[in-house]
Amino acid sequence: MTAHLTAANRARAEALVALYPRPRSALIPLCHLAQSQDGWLCGEAIEEIAELCGVTASDVYGTATFYDMLHLDKVGRHVIAICTNIACLLAGAYELVDHAERHLGIRCGQTTEDGEFTLEEAECLAGCDAAPCVQVNHRFVGPLDPDGFDRLVAELAAGKRRAEIPPHGVLCRIERTVGLPGAETTARSRAGD
Amino acid sequence: MLTQAPRIVTGRLDHADSHTLERYLAIGGYKALRKALRMGREAVRDEVNRASLLGRGGAGFPAGRKWSMLRQSETTYLVVNGDESEPATFKDHLLIERDPHQIIEGAAIAAYAVGARLAFVYCRGEFALGLERLTQACNEAYGYGALGRRIFGSAFSLDVVVHPGAGAYICGEETALLESLEGKRGFPRIKPPHFPAAFGLYGEPTVVNNVETISALPWIVQHGGDAFAALGVGSSTGTRLFALTGRVAHPGWFELEMAKTTFRDLIFDPALGGGIADGRALKAFIPGGVSAPWFGPGELDLGLDQDAVGRAGSMLGSGSVVVLDDATCTVRATWRITRFFYRESCGQCTPCREGGHWLEKILRRIEEGDGRFSDLDLLMDVCDNLAPGLGWPPEQTTICVLGPSIPSSIASAIRMFREEFVAHIRNEGCPFDAALTAGAGTR
Repeated sequence: MTAHLTAANRARAEALVALYPRPRSALIPLCHLAQSQDGWLCGEAIEEIAELCGVTASDVYGTATFYDMLHLDKVGRHVIAICTNIACLLAGAYELVDHAERHLGIRCGQTTEDGEFTLEEAECLAGCDAAPCVQVNHRFVGPLDPDGFDRLVAELAAGKRRAEIPPHGVLCRIERTVGLPGAETTARSRAGD
Repeated sequence: MLTQAPRIVTGRLDHADSHTLERYLAIGGYKALRKALRMGREAVRDEVNRASLLGRGGAGFPAGRKWSMLRQSETTYLVVNGDESEPATFKDHLLIERDPHQIIEGAAIAAYAVGARLAFVYCRGEFALGLERLTQACNEAYGYGALGRRIFGSAFSLDVVVHPGAGAYICGEETALLESLEGKRGFPRIKPPHFPAAFGLYGEPTVVNNVETISALPWIVQHGGDAFAALGVGSSTGTRLFALTGRVAHPGWFELEMAKTTFRDLIFDPALGGGIADGRALKAFIPGGVSAPWFGPGELDLGLDQDAVGRAGSMLGSGSVVVLDDATCTVRATWRITRFFYRESCGQCTPCREGGHWLEKILRRIEEGDGRFSDLDLLMDVCDNLAPGLGWPPEQTTICVLGPSIPSSIASAIRMFREEFVAHIRNEGCPFDAALTAGAGTR
C-alpha cells in the first residue's frame, strides 16, 4: 500500500496513536487529520487510518459514516453550516437558509460548481446567544442577516478571511508539544482491543 | 432575586485574555491544585462531598457519589465531558473557549481524588477554537508543571489528552462518549453492567464529569465545600451557569446562585433576560434543554432549583432556558425539536429510531397543512410507546434516555396548546405568519 498521508502528517498520525492506551482510540483524531490534508475523507486515507489503528477499512468506514463532521464525499473549500435548531429557528434561521440557498444557487447538502462553497443545515452548534448561528469550517461567524451573509460569501471568495478561517478539514491549528512521559508503560503495554 | 453570590466558574471571563496561562495565574490559577496535593485524596473527596456538587451535565447526579462508586482497579480513568450539544445549551462551550486552564486544573484535582493517571477531555468537534484553546492550555500546563510527571514536586503524575469529537449529539451520553473515545460509533452501552464507574473506558472504572462540574472544583478546593454548600437551597447548592435563549430581549449566559433566582427573574429582570423580545408576551418556556417538558407562565415563580423543578414535572437539565413568545408557532417549534431527535438517534433501539421518524413526519404534515384530526391521538400514542404513561421522569424503553426524551416537547405542546394543533388541521395550514413558515416545507 502506498502512503496517502504526507510524511509530516504520517508523523503526526503516529504521535496521535501513541497518545492512547489502545490505537483504535485515535481513529476519529486521525480522520480529522486526513480531512485537514484533503478536506474530506478519501478511500486511501481510510485504508491508511485502518492500518494505523490496527482495524479494517470497513471498521473505519463504519465509524466515520456515523459522524456528521466526517465527509465521505468531496466538499467545498468553505463549508457553511447554518443552525436551524430551536433557538436559531426563533431568530429566523430558516429565512437565512432560504436566502443562502438562493444566493449560492444550491440546496443544503450541495456544493457550488466551482468547489468553493458547501451549504449545510446544522443542528445546535452551542452558540445560541448569537443566533442565527453560522459556522464556516467550524469557525463561528454569526449572527448573520441576509446582507451579512452576502458580505461573508464575498469575503470568503476573495480570500479575505484566510487567517481566521482555514480550509475545510483543518480543525485544531495548535499542535500538542508535550509528550506522555508514562506512555511506554500506561499506553502500549495495554494494547489489544 | 439576584444575590451577591460569587461567580464560581465564570470569575475570569470579564478579561479578554481569560484563556491564557498568564491571566489564569494572575487570578489564583493552579493554587487549588497545589492545595489539593497537600491535602491528600481523602480530604479532597470530603470537600467535594460536603459541597454536595450536583453534576452539571443534565442528569444532576451528585459528583462526590459518582466518585465513590468506582470499582477498585489498578487503572482508573477520568473523562471530562465537553461534548455539549443539547439544543440551546452553550455554557460548556463558553468555559472551554474562555477558561480552559480552569478545566485542566479541575481535571487534575478530580484525577488526583479518584486516583486516575490518564485523563481525557472529550471536546465537541465543532468547537474548533475550543480545541485550540484546550490544546494550548494543555501544552502550557505541562510546561508549568501542573501536568505530567510529579506534579508540583508531588508523587502524583497525570497525563491529559484533548480528544475531538466529530459531530454526534448522542456522544454527550456518557457511555456513547466512551464508545466514541474507543474509536467506534457512538452507541450507548447497556446499563447495567456498563456503568462507567464499574466498566467504563476499555472496561476499566471511569469517572465521566461534565465541563462545568469539573470547572467548579478549583473553587471548592480553595474555599471549601461548606462555602459552596452555603450557597443555594437544599440539594441545589452553589451557583450554576444558565443559558437563556429564544424570544428574550437579552439572550446570554448568567451564573446565578442556585434556587434563589426564579425563572421570572431570569427571563424578565433587566439585568438578566430583560423581558420578552419586541415587547411581546410569554407563551411558554423550556426549562432545561429540549429534552425537558415545557412550562407556562404559571411556573414562572419556580426557583432555579433542581428538586422544585423536578417536582413540578420537568428538569433543570442542561441549564438552558428557551423562551417562546405569543408569535411562536408551537407546532413548528415541536416539529423542529422532534426533527433533531430523529436525526440524532443512534439507531440501536426501535422505539427511538422508528418512533422519532414517524413523530417527525406527522408533525411536519400538520405544520404543512396535511394533518388529520386523528393525528393528535396518534402522536400521543407513539409518544406513549416511547415513554409509557408519559410521566416524568419518563419510563425507559430504550438503552439510553434520548428516545424517551422525544415525547417531552410533543406531549407538552399538545397538552398546553391543543387548540393550536387543531387550528393547523382545520385550516389546512399554519395560522401563523406565512412568511415565517415558508422554510418549514420540504425540509
